[in-house]
Parts: sequence; C-alpha cells; structure tokens
Amino acid sequence: MRSALVQFFQAGMLLLLAPLLAGFVATCRARLQNRRGAGVMQPWRNLRKLFSKEVVMASHASWIFRTAPYVVFTATVMAASVVPAMLVDTPLSLIADVIALVALLALSRFFQALAGMDIGTAFGGMGASREMTFAALGEPAMLMSIFVISLSAHSTNLTSMINHTLNSPFALHPSLAFALVAMLLVALAENGRIPIDNPTTHLELTMIHEAMILEYSGRHLALMEWAAMVKLLLFSTLIVDLFMPWGMAVNTDAISLVQAFGLWLLKVAGLMIALALAETGMAKLRLFDVPEYLSGAFVIAFLGLLSFYMLEVGA
Amino acid sequence: MSGFLSLDLALAACITALLAALTPILRTSTHVLRSMFCLLLVATGLLAMLSGLTGLIAGGGAMLLPLGLPWLPMHVRMDALSAFFLLTIGSLLFPVAIYSQGYLRGESQLTVLAIFMPLFVLGMLGIVISDDAFTFMLFWELMSISSYFLVAFKHENQENRKAAFIYLLMAHMAGLLILGSFAVLYAACGSFEFSVMREAFVSPVWASAAFLLAGFGFGTKAGVVPLHGWLPEAHPVAPSNVSALMSGVMLKVAIFGFIRVVWDLMGAGDFQWWWGALVLAAGSCSAVTGVLLALQQHDLKRLLAYHSIENIGIILIALGLAMLLAHYGHPMLAALGLIAALYHTINHALFKGLLFMGAGAVLHSTGMRGMESMGGLIHRMPWTAALFLVACMSISALPPFNGFVSEWLIFQTALMAPQLGGALLTAIVPFSAAMLALAGALAAACFVKVFGVVFLGHARSKEASDAHEVNDWMKVGMAIPAVFCLLLGILPVLFIPLMDGVPQMMLQVSLADSVHAHGWLWLTPVDVSHSSYSASVALLGMLMLGGVAFWLLHPKGTNVRRSVAWSCGNPHTHARMQYNATSFSQPLRRIFAGIYRAEEHVRIERNRHKLLTDHVSYVVHVGDMAVKYIYQPVDRFILFIAKFIQHEHERGLHAYLAYTLLTIIFLLAVYI
Amino acid sequence: MSDTLVPQLVDGLAALMLLTSFALLAQHRLLSVLNWFAAQGFLLATTAAVVAYGTNNHELYISALMALLLKGLLLPWLLWRVIRQLHVHREVEPLMNRTMTMLIALALTLFSFHIIQPIEKISHLMTRDSMAIAMACVLLGMLMMITRRKAITQVIGFLAVENSLFFAAIGSTNGMPLVVEIGIAFDVLIAALIFGLFFFQIRDTFDSLEVDAMHAHLIHKDDDE
Repeated sequence: MRSALVQFFQAGMLLLLAPLLAGFVATCRARLQNRRGAGVMQPWRNLRKLFSKEVVMASHASWIFRTAPYVVFTATVMAASVVPAMLVDTPLSLIADVIALVALLALSRFFQALAGMDIGTAFGGMGASREMTFAALGEPAMLMSIFVISLSAHSTNLTSMINHTLNSPFALHPSLAFALVAMLLVALAENGRIPIDNPTTHLELTMIHEAMILEYSGRHLALMEWAAMVKLLLFSTLIVDLFMPWGMAVNTDAISLVQAFGLWLLKVAGLMIALALAETGMAKLRLFDVPEYLSGAFVIAFLGLLSFYMLEVGA
Repeated sequence: MSGFLSLDLALAACITALLAALTPILRTSTHVLRSMFCLLLVATGLLAMLSGLTGLIAGGGAMLLPLGLPWLPMHVRMDALSAFFLLTIGSLLFPVAIYSQGYLRGESQLTVLAIFMPLFVLGMLGIVISDDAFTFMLFWELMSISSYFLVAFKHENQENRKAAFIYLLMAHMAGLLILGSFAVLYAACGSFEFSVMREAFVSPVWASAAFLLAGFGFGTKAGVVPLHGWLPEAHPVAPSNVSALMSGVMLKVAIFGFIRVVWDLMGAGDFQWWWGALVLAAGSCSAVTGVLLALQQHDLKRLLAYHSIENIGIILIALGLAMLLAHYGHPMLAALGLIAALYHTINHALFKGLLFMGAGAVLHSTGMRGMESMGGLIHRMPWTAALFLVACMSISALPPFNGFVSEWLIFQTALMAPQLGGALLTAIVPFSAAMLALAGALAAACFVKVFGVVFLGHARSKEASDAHEVNDWMKVGMAIPAVFCLLLGILPVLFIPLMDGVPQMMLQVSLADSVHAHGWLWLTPVDVSHSSYSASVALLGMLMLGGVAFWLLHPKGTNVRRSVAWSCGNPHTHARMQYNATSFSQPLRRIFAGIYRAEEHVRIERNRHKLLTDHVSYVVHVGDMAVKYIYQPVDRFILFIAKFIQHEHERGLHAYLAYTLLTIIFLLAVYI
Repeated sequence: MSDTLVPQLVDGLAALMLLTSFALLAQHRLLSVLNWFAAQGFLLATTAAVVAYGTNNHELYISALMALLLKGLLLPWLLWRVIRQLHVHREVEPLMNRTMTMLIALALTLFSFHIIQPIEKISHLMTRDSMAIAMACVLLGMLMMITRRKAITQVIGFLAVENSLFFAAIGSTNGMPLVVEIGIAFDVLIAALIFGLFFFQIRDTFDSLEVDAMHAHLIHKDDDE
C-alpha cells in the first residue's frame, strides 16, 4: 500500500518537477552565456499562460490534430510513471519494461508526427519527416545500449536491472561506460537538444520538433510542451536509474525515501548542468551530419556489447 | 472424438470453399452470384476459425480421405500447427469475405473471381491440413495457379500480364524446390506420408540439402529478399480483397510450409547451427531491405507489398532465433521464439489484411493507387481513416496494439543471446535485434508518411476531394480485423496459452505456466523479474490520464476558434506546397543513398529567357537492387544460353550427325 | 569476472584502446587524428605502467616511459610538423563511406573476438581478456591504411598497428624483454624519421601526398617512355 502511495507521489513529482527542470537548464545555460535568464519558474509561467489562452485551430484540422496532444501527453506521462525515481520496487514498474517504455515514447512521437502532417503546411511535413527519420536511426543505438545493461542483469525489467546494479560489488565496467555514452548521445537526439535540434529556435532550416507543433496553440500547445519537458526528465531519470542508481530506496521507510528523493534530485540536476554545458559548448550539427552522429552512437553501444563479451564474460 | 470434430470442421470449410467455386455454374445474375459466393466464403472463414479454435483447444486427429490415386490415398491430419494456421486463415478470410460483398459491387467480370478466389482459399486450407507430400503439393499448386489467375484478373493491361507471368514463373520455381526437398526426404524413408518422414533418419548432409531446398522454395513463396522479385509486382495488380488474402495469408502458408518441413518433418533435434544463422540473416536482411524499399514507394499497394517483405523478415528473425536456441539446447527459450514468430504471423495477417482492405477502400472511392494525388481523405472517409490508423499503429509496433506484443516477444528472445554458444552468435544476435529495431522504427516513419499523405492535409487532386465513404459491408469487413488487432494487443496472456500446443508438439515444452504465472493482466514470458508487459493496464492508465487531462482542461465556455492555418505567418498555402510521399522520404533517400542508388533528374525549362524559369520538374526513380543485380543478370544469362542453343540448332544435318556421334563416344567412354 | 583492481584497470584501458582505434577511423580532420593517436600512446604507457605494477616487473616501467616519450609525444609531434610544413590539406579523405567503414570495423572486431576466444581459454595471465582487443586494434589499423587516401594517414595507420602489437605484447606475455623493446622502439623511431624524409621527397617529386596521384604519375611516366 505504502509503495503504491510512493508510486503516485513519484509520478506526481516527475510531472510537477519537469517544467522546473527545464527552467533550470535554461537558467544554467543563460548563466554560462553571461545572461541572467528568466528564472527556473519561467516554464511554469508559460504553461499557465498557455492553459488559460484560447485555442486557435486551422479550419480543416481533423480529429487527429485535436486528440494528438492528449495522446502525446498521456503516453509520455504513462512512460514516466513507470520509471522508478526514488523507490526501486514500485508496483507500476511491472507494466512496462524498458522496451515497452521506448515503445510508449514511440507512440507519442507517432501522434506528434501525424499532427504535424494534419494541417498540410510544408513545415509540419518537414518536421514529421525529419523527426521520424532521425528517431528511426536513433532507435538501434538506444536499444543496443539498453541491451548491454540488460545482458549483465539478465532482465529488461527496470526494477531488476536497478537491483542488479545495487547488489553487485563495485567494479569497473568498460561496457557500461560505452553504453552510458551511447545513451547520452541518443538522449540528446531524442529530446531534440543541441547538437541535433534546438528547442529554442524557430528557424526553418534547423528545427525538427518545433516544426511539428508549430500550428498548436493554447492548452494543446501547453500539453505538447509539457510532454516534452516530462520526456527530458524521464530520460535523465532513466539514465540515473540504469547507470548510477546508488542511494535509491529499497524499502519504504521514511528516512531512506527522503534520502533517495534528495539524491535523485541531485543526480538529475547534475545531468542537467552537464546538458547546459554541452549545449553551450557545442554548435548545432548540419542536418545531414546527424545520421553520422547517430550511427556513431550505435557503434559505441555495439563496442559496449563487444567489450562486455570480451572483457566481462570471457573471464 | 473431439479431435475429429476439428478436422470435420476443417473439411466442411474445404467443402464450402469448393461449393463457392461452383456458384458460377448456376448462371444467376451478378448480384446473386456475388452474394452467394461471398456468403459461402464467410461460412468457410467461420468454419476455418472454429476448426482452428477447437483444434487448438481439444487437439487434433488424422483421417484418410477416399480421394486421390489408388496407390496414393490422401492423408489429412489436424495438429496444433495446422489448427493455428487454420485459425489465421479463417480470421482473415471471414472479414475479407464480408468486405468483398461490398468491394465487388459493380464488378462486371465476377465469374473469374467467383471461381478462383474460393479455389485459392481451398488450396490454402488443403495445404494446412494435408498429411502427405502428395496432397501437400497438390494443394500447393492449386493455390499457386488459382492465385495466378487472380493476379492476372485485370489482364487487359500489359503490365498486369507481365506481373502475373513473373509470379507464375517464380511460384513454379518455388514449387520445384519444395518438391526437391520432399524428394530428399522421400529418398530417406521411402514414403510420401508425413508420419513416416517424421520417424525417418536423414544424414546431416542430406538434411542440410533438404533444409536449403525447402528454405529457398518456401522463401521464394514468402518473398524473402532476394527472392522477393514477384511480390511487389503481383500484389498491387490483384483486386484489393485478393491482395489482402495473398499478403495476409498466402505468405503465411509459405511460413507454415517451412515450419512443417523443417521443424516438424526434420525435427528440432536435427538443426545445425548455421541453419538458424542463415534464417536469422535472411530475416534481418528482408526486414531492413523491405522497409527501406517500402519507404520509397508512391503506389499505396506496392508500398504495402514491400512491407509484407519486411514482416516476413521479422517472422524469420524470430524463427531463426528459435532455431539457434533449439540447436544449443534451450527448448524453453526456443519455444518463446517460436511463439513470437507465430504471434507475429497472425498479427501480420490481421493488420496487413486490414491495410490492403483500407487501400482497396481508397482505391474504390478515388480510383487511384498513387499516393501523390491523395490527401485529406480523413474528412471524406472518417471510418476508413480510423480503421486504417489502427492498422498503421499495429504494423508500426506501437502499444497497445498487437504488432508490439510480437516484436516485444522477439526482443525478449534476442536477449537470451548469452545462452548461445560461440562468440560470433552471441554478438550477431543482438545485432539482428538492432536491425529489427531499425526496421520497426522505419516502419513507423513509413506509416506516418502513408497516413499523413493519404488521409491528412489537403486533397491534392479532384478525385481525392470528391471521395466518399465506402459502404457498410466494407466498413464491417475492416472493423473486424481492427478489433482483433486491439484484442490481440491487450490480451496476449489469453491467446498465448492457446498457441502452446505448437511448441509442445515441436519441442516438448510448454510456456503456458510461465506466461500467465502472474494472472491474465501481466505478460511474463520468462519470469516476472526478467520482463513483464501489460498493455491492458497501460491502456487503462492512459485512458484515465487522458480523461482527467481532458476534464481539467475543458472548462465550459472555452471553445476552439477555427481560423486559417498559421504556417509561420504565411497563410497562403496550396495543396501542392505540402510534403508529399517523395519529399517525406527524401532524408532517408539521402542517408541510405548507397543502398538506394536512386536516379534523380531535375529538369528546368527556360523557354523565354535564360533567367526566367518556366517549369521545374523533379523525377526520382528508386529501383529494386535485387532486380538490377540478380534478376536481370540471370535473365540475360538464360537468354544467352537460349540464343546459343538456338544458334547450334541451325547448323543443318551434318552438325546433328556430329552431335549424335559425340554423344555415343561420350556415353561409351563414361559407361564402359 | 575479475576481483582485483589491476585486471579491471587493464580491462578498462583495453576498452579505451579499442575506442581510440575506432576514433582514429572516425575522425574528419587530420589534426584530431593526430590527437587521438597521441592519446593512444598515452594509453599504452599507462597500460604498461599498470601491468608493471600488477606483475612487479620493473623492466616494464622503462617500457612505459619509452612509450610515453616516443608514442605519446615524439611521434605525434613529428607528424604534426610534417603536416604543418607540407601544408597538407586538413581533411581526412576516406576512400569509403564512413558509416560503411565503421560497420566493417565492427565486423573485424567481432571476427578477432571469435578468433581469439579459443586462445583465451588456455591462457592464465591476468591480461588475457585484452588479447582480442589488441588483435582487433591491429586489424583496425590495417583497415585505416586501406581506406584512406593520403600517405600520411596511412603512416598513422601503420603506427597504430605497431601500437596494437605493443599492446598485444603486454597483454600476452606481460611485455617483451627490454632489449627487444628498445630495439623495436628505435626501429619505429627511425621508420618515422624515414617516413618524414620520404614525405618531403615525395611531395617534391609528385606535388601531392595522395597515393593514387603517385600511382597515376608513375603510369603516365611509363606511357611517356
């Protein structure tokens, strides 16, 4: 019972903290670039503003366009609530293992792309085409890096994978390092961050994700943007879970929960600072360099797999 | 006794199919004829489904038919494998028959369809229940030849005749190879009966020969790359209800044949490691090539045909994994792979049948197959669009639909790679899983393209803007597989135990206990700590979340204002400014340029002045590499030989006498 | 799985070694190729030092020092000077699509893993796991020589092969006798110096450092004669 409560608290936290975290990244970036920034609360203010605004919709938008924000949002939130953030063994984590989690995100992307095509503007189609193409190229790398971890844990279930990492003695795992790098590269691409896409630009030559949601307004736009923020937090929580789960609560007593909550926030914030650093230090890639970037991620993940077999199983 | 019930039902299905083929004898009006043969086919479909279900639940039986040649009586038998494929055939035939009732309205040449469509079905039903090589081949040829006539249905068109001829040629090559593999097995045991073949001992070399012959034969019929040349030609030209059956079920019958010969007759104990590796490689290759080529098609039905190649590849990936695991002595895990392959088989039958029916509905209502002149059909054909979307999501392996369940099972099987022996395999298996992931994600991209270009946006032609919704028969025909897709997607735990008879028969193990060890909600194929998936809970959760979000965000009085599209401040959009199928796949054309070798031509017309452009046209053609690098060289080689022989024949009497003399000398030298 | 720190470190270094070999193949710019090559030299030195510590073999410390000086500093610096003085175009010019090269490289790694596995079973050294990686690195260096157009990248490929052989020597026998080691080191140094001289000569003769250009030039000469 208590773990169910923790589960709901955790999902709620993921939902509520996601805009704060997006604001945190933006602020970090601003500071790194000698600007003041709008503050961590700005995404929340934006959302509130959008929620209270009227929805303007193209005259021939179909029901796909109207339902897509809800599908995108619920699929992303569903995926997020499956990922353990504080407590290792949550009841909902049984719903979907890592592969099903990726599929839930694919569902949300599918509807996003369809919504992009629905209005029939050149921008929407462009965004949909690019998003689906790059997602397809990123998928093998993502899967391969998940494979590396689940090979040693003999599981794709998040709870078991975390338990495996928590219970095995500390050792250097080159394969995990490779998998982590590949995962970080894919996570940048999946979340539409620099160097793949720039979430703050509306320049037609460079945008991918923004091009798809260009026609949205009001609460629909708010849902879409909120979903994107939740996705960012979801990915960072996933990376934390898979690669550095130390400190997560194994049982539901209050002290370890509080400790796990604090550690989770710290770890995620650390990742976000790294993201801000990376985004400040890197330039956006040319569009047709992205495939090379993603195939690089795949090669690294495959190297992880090979070094797992060569160095860690062979002995 | 109950086992015979299922076999009786299957025979009844065969008889109704035969009756349906005989309806044109009555010489009634086309209207009555259509209703009669569609009704009989509906009955056939229902009977096949029932027989499959009873066969899976209650087990099978065998029977000797009072038909056939005196020394070669026809054996029929019902076991878990045939029951499963009967269920697959029935569950697609049933909706397709309903759909045909509406689709064939206004069709003038009904007689050809009324004869050959039931015969085609009869062939497939017969293959599945046959229990000796003779019966098998008889029905196999019946299936091939009757489907030839269906492909050649619109024979007025030169292109269609050519497609049908290629199909006939390759179907017969396949038939010959399969016959060869039966011949090898016959040589080992001296009987055509499957029951004797099962017991026979085949030496490893001959077993490999039989495996290769069967693999290439059934592979040709299933459309495995590079033996797929006929498939994208034949499927688009057949009437859509027939394409649904051909793509949905006929390819599966080839998979059935492969499982029957390799798994059942030769037995899982005889597998050599490279058999599984070969199947795995062929599967990965087909999956990726199929979807890459599909992405570049503009003809809706041709695109779907290439996706059939992809999905056959996915099924083969699962089968190959299962064969590897069986060889290395992990029957439980091999059973998981086999179940995954079978699950994807029935899934593909359902969603591909639905996709072809949807394409048929679009064709019926707009008269077009080319995607570039469609668009905005969701407003004119809301039902078709919604049902087509279900199929698109299923084939793109998105939860909560069925395609995801089978791909998930395949990934779970691939994760068992560490259980395999050998360094190469342990790394190649994850690689093929990555190829599967790539194929799945590219399929999603492809179906965003299909749905987006055909149903969303603005109409690109007058035909598309004048489209109308199809009649109720067709809607019902499409709705049934859509419902099946959802049910198979959210209730795999109820369905997998039904299929459990197949691994029990092949591998003597049962998955039923571990699959639903945690109740009907949770699919846990190996162990709950290993992996679990529950589409029903996920769907429920999403519905609740979506409901709450909708309820919170829709306070009364805030309605949606409709206006022109914003389009970055440029509302003067035109239908031709939309992304179309060619532009959608442009990034991929560039990324995989080395594989596509597309021929691109840009023509700029400047008639008035060298600076004034009048007209720009861009033509891109992406050919099938297999055709260019395999089929055409083979074709040329055969022509060359033929020319040579023709030339040698024109030499007159002396040359012929010389040939005779040389032959005599050769025979004397060799045999004495 | 290993239970002490030193073998784990060696494993980690081996993985990094593999990474540098792939990185050498993946680079676009000549200078970053050099940087990665230098990094490989440092890695070698670290590996030698770690193995020396783990096996208490003091001769290996000298090897480590030599690797550091020669492969980490001197050779990269020599090559860097050549590039700068000859105004070599800064782009790496591959003969083959880069993604394709990477896939072949993966296949080669897999192949060497497959080949080495039976040998690993009979070895008892703590560094045996890294043998497959050393083998893979040798093959990758050769792949680099095959798929690059410029003579200078081919030389780097050659030196990378030499690096991997050194790594294999540490991995399979805990290092060669010191005399051999020093001999090889001087050989490599001399080879690099001669290569450097050749580059100048070749450029003077052919006006290019591209291998194909030299080949074409020779053919034309034949025609002229």
